[in-house]
Amino acid sequence: MLLIGAEDEEKWLAEGIAGIQHNAFYLHRALDSNNLRDALKYSAQMLSELRTSKLSPQKYYELYMRAFDELRILEMFFKDESKHGVSVVDLYELVQHAGNILPRLYLLCTVGSVYIKSKEAPAKELLQDLVEMCHGVQHPIRGLFLRSYLAQISRDKLLDIGSDYEGDAETVMDAVEFILENFTEMNKLWVRMQLEGPGRVREKREKERSALQELVGKNLHVLSQIEGVDLEIYKETVLPRVLEQVVNCKDDLSQYYLMDCIIQVFPDEYHLQTLEMLLAAFPQVQPTVDIKTVLSRLMDRLSKYAASSADVLTEFLQVEAFTKLSNAIEKVIEMQVDMPAVGAITLYVSLLTFTLRVHPDRLDYVDQVLGACVKKLSSIPKLEDRWATKQLVALLSAPLEKYNDTVTALTLSNYPRVMDHLDNGTNKVMAMVIIESIMKNNTCISTADKVEVLFELIKGLIKDLDGATDELDEEDFKDEQNSVAKLIHMLYNNEPEEMLKIICIVWKHIMAGGPKRLPFTVPSLVFSALRLVRQMQGQEGDIVGEEVPATPKKIFQLLSQMIEALSAVPSPELALRLYLQCAKAANGCDLEYVAYEFFTQVFVLYEEEIANSKAQVTAIHLIIGALQRMNVFNVENRDTLTHKTTGYSARLLKKPDQCRAVYACSHLFWVDGQDGIRDGERVLLCLKRALRIANAAQQMASIARDSSGPLTLFVEILNKYLYYFEKGNKQITAAAIQHLIELINTEMQSDSATSDAFLASTLRYIQFQKQRGGVMGAKFESIKL
Amino acid sequence: MNFLIGAFKPACNISITFSDGKSRKQVPMKKENGKTIMVSLFQSKESIAGKVSIEPLQGKKIEHLGVKVELLGQIEMYFDRGNFYDFTSLVRELDVPGDIYERKTYPFEFSTVEMPYETYNGANLRLRYVLKVTVSRNYGGSIVEYQDFIVRNYSPPPSINNSIKMEVGIEDCLHIEFEYNKSKYHLKDVIIGKIYFLLVRIKIKNMDLEIRRRESTGSGANTHVETETLAKFELMDGAPVRGESIPIRLFLSPYELTPTYRNINNKFSVKYYLNLVLVDEEDRRYFKQQEIAIYRQQDS
Repeated sequence: MLLIGAEDEEKWLAEGIAGIQHNAFYLHRALDSNNLRDALKYSAQMLSELRTSKLSPQKYYELYMRAFDELRILEMFFKDESKHGVSVVDLYELVQHAGNILPRLYLLCTVGSVYIKSKEAPAKELLQDLVEMCHGVQHPIRGLFLRSYLAQISRDKLLDIGSDYEGDAETVMDAVEFILENFTEMNKLWVRMQLEGPGRVREKREKERSALQELVGKNLHVLSQIEGVDLEIYKETVLPRVLEQVVNCKDDLSQYYLMDCIIQVFPDEYHLQTLEMLLAAFPQVQPTVDIKTVLSRLMDRLSKYAASSADVLTEFLQVEAFTKLSNAIEKVIEMQVDMPAVGAITLYVSLLTFTLRVHPDRLDYVDQVLGACVKKLSSIPKLEDRWATKQLVALLSAPLEKYNDTVTALTLSNYPRVMDHLDNGTNKVMAMVIIESIMKNNTCISTADKVEVLFELIKGLIKDLDGATDELDEEDFKDEQNSVAKLIHMLYNNEPEEMLKIICIVWKHIMAGGPKRLPFTVPSLVFSALRLVRQMQGQEGDIVGEEVPATPKKIFQLLSQMIEALSAVPSPELALRLYLQCAKAANGCDLEYVAYEFFTQVFVLYEEEIANSKAQVTAIHLIIGALQRMNVFNVENRDTLTHKTTGYSARLLKKPDQCRAVYACSHLFWVDGQDGIRDGERVLLCLKRALRIANAAQQMASIARDSSGPLTLFVEILNKYLYYFEKGNKQITAAAIQHLIELINTEMQSDSATSDAFLASTLRYIQFQKQRGGVMGAKFESIKL
Repeated sequence: MNFLIGAFKPACNISITFSDGKSRKQVPMKKENGKTIMVSLFQSKESIAGKVSIEPLQGKKIEHLGVKVELLGQIEMYFDRGNFYDFTSLVRELDVPGDIYERKTYPFEFSTVEMPYETYNGANLRLRYVLKVTVSRNYGGSIVEYQDFIVRNYSPPPSINNSIKMEVGIEDCLHIEFEYNKSKYHLKDVIIGKIYFLLVRIKIKNMDLEIRRRESTGSGANTHVETETLAKFELMDGAPVRGESIPIRLFLSPYELTPTYRNINNKFSVKYYLNLVLVDEEDRRYFKQQEIAIYRQQDS
């Protein structure tokens, strides 16, 4: 019977419609001639078309609507007693003579509505009678439509009765009773549809039923529209009755729809005031019902309501909405043992969202929610479910989004405990979210305690977690570590003492990160520490007494520890750079020994760790650059260091590198500034040595490749000469420069090398200086080109 | 009533009129030829009075051996054609033998006539009341004229009128409990009741309440029973579940019922039954029949 083709169904529908139209034609004729007997006869015949069992709900609805329109016309006729001459009381009996129940009841409802309107009998009795008589139709679809018709046709009367009629509480109750009764019966029929037919069409049934849900829900909608239904009636009658029906029907589709319906049609205020009752129903529904969605919607509505005005908020507090919701969720989770983790977490997410909207000031609530979630999570093994994880991330992200200020999240004691339940990958993702939130909001985390918590939260990024064996994508890893590095810069406190504490804590954490992470994180921390040093340097005057815990010295000690750790990674080049930075900072603080110590470390590193010749070149240039800026050293120390540096420079592997390093070393002996060293002689020595090396390089090149190498080195040295010449180094004479130029020219001719752009522009510069006149021009005048 | 006379070969016109004919209630009566005529309504112990007028055809005289009027109560069995059983027979002599030259009118009266049985038109028999005027003649046969009238007797509401309440069922299949508010109904009554489903294991398609009339005639081996379903009233559409209670409200007025007649003159009985029928999806019928008594109640 159920496996009917759509084509047949169309045919049946067409037949039904034709039947209705045919009888409607005669009905209209009877109405036009005021013939009551015929009107009843043809309307009953017309309504007999609705007795079909062959149509799906959708098709049946089409048929029903046709009949419905005709019944409207019939109702108008019934209303006008002058047309048919029968009192409504007699009419009410007359229509009950029909032999078939369905037409009989449709007609009864139609006359009943006229009867109520006429007020010739108490509405209460009529309504009760109608709703009772409708019991005769037990076929789910036909019954649903009949009762729906009853609801539809009585709707305006009910609104009258419930609202402006007398305004008597009693009559309001009559209307309410009626709707509740009709609603209950409709729901029963609706639920029964599920049980009919073989199991294999269950899915189809469900679909059909969904199509009918609105018929059932409409009753609740009407209830919500009756003005007379105040909070009292809602609380004492409406809600308990509806919930009773919901719970007792034990049908998941119905329970889901109706709970949702209750939440959607009645005012938020009512929900708030009856929260306890409403929530008590949730644990009692079938385990297969998607409670979380319904509860989420409730909380969503309530939180929007809370946002609507400030007055409302006090109500929320009065009814302890949060506590009630929270208890309800706990109970639901407790009762529905089989609810997947994702469901439970989704509920907590909703509750959290609610809390954040309604009680943004109650961090303890937020923490409580997280705590409850932890409790639930701890009862199940580590999350494997992708959806659950996703929800958990949502749960953890919510407070971050709400508060903008990530610091708030750090005060939630349960926050890290929830994070513990994430798998490693997600934990990292979450940690990234936290960091991003901090970055986005430019939140400065300024106390050691918070830093401690924060690092506890993001420990997935900070160190290898237990059991984390999966190989990571290199790019991701870099991203993560760079984020951590960025984060370190967000930890800042103006108070040096606190800042030092922060640094110590961060160090303690990142130290555990292992060789892979240190190169990313240490530099940030080092610079953070150096910033502190510079800050203290600025406040030097303020630091008095011996007991000050945060002194630059201490920081430098810490710094050297850090860098040492880094060099042990090994990452000598980075360590070297950082040492140099520290040395510079120490220089700024006038701490000669500290600076010296750093340089010592630099050289040790250079000697022991940096073997790559290219790296050596870079290192040496860095050292030279740093050393040149140092001004704390006494002569002796400086000599030691410069000597070392020049020594290393000359011992580089490649001649050109040697040459360049050596002429760079010349700067170590010529420092601009008031008290800078200006040892012209040694500058010249360096340059000459560079020239020698350049020569050697040239020769080596000509031997090796049968052609002289490029003249670049010479031109570079020439530039150095010119620099010192301009700076006023007495040892650099115009003659020496001229000599060098000639040398280059000779080389060029012998080599017939192509003209060199560098040389050309250098010469042009000399020409320019000559023409500029003034002191400098005069000086350059002596150089002949 | 004059038009009746045209049907006879006229020697004279005889008309019978009731003295309160204008004010008396007229009710429809079906004749053998299928036509419905309006006739006067009486009840037991009423006096039946009126006039008989005899008008000879123009210029003719009627020589007669006497004129009489009879009040007859007859039971006519259709299968026993032509046999009348007169259970009541009253005679009034209107005239002594003589001649009638012109229209002559005779008043008559049967005072407080016992008419215990009601007029009834059944499947196999009828019970009728008739006034018979006979102008006896020696030759040409007697001239006879009939005037039907209807008798209906009203009963007071019964002092005991219990409801009918019963639990029936098929084991492990269907258990229902039904209740009709009374066991005795008057003709314009309403049957109120309900059916309560205690157990439903079959797929019921619908449920009807039938009113059946059982007319039995004769006695012993000659008993004829005729059962007619006068009403078929659908009570329920679809399959109920356990615990469902279906209301009954059946108005009796649209149906052509008579009161219950028990052993009328030892000739016949008419009884009424309520038959509750449940039909399942395979069109199997499950039913339970209960007798109800029907009586005629005086219209208020």
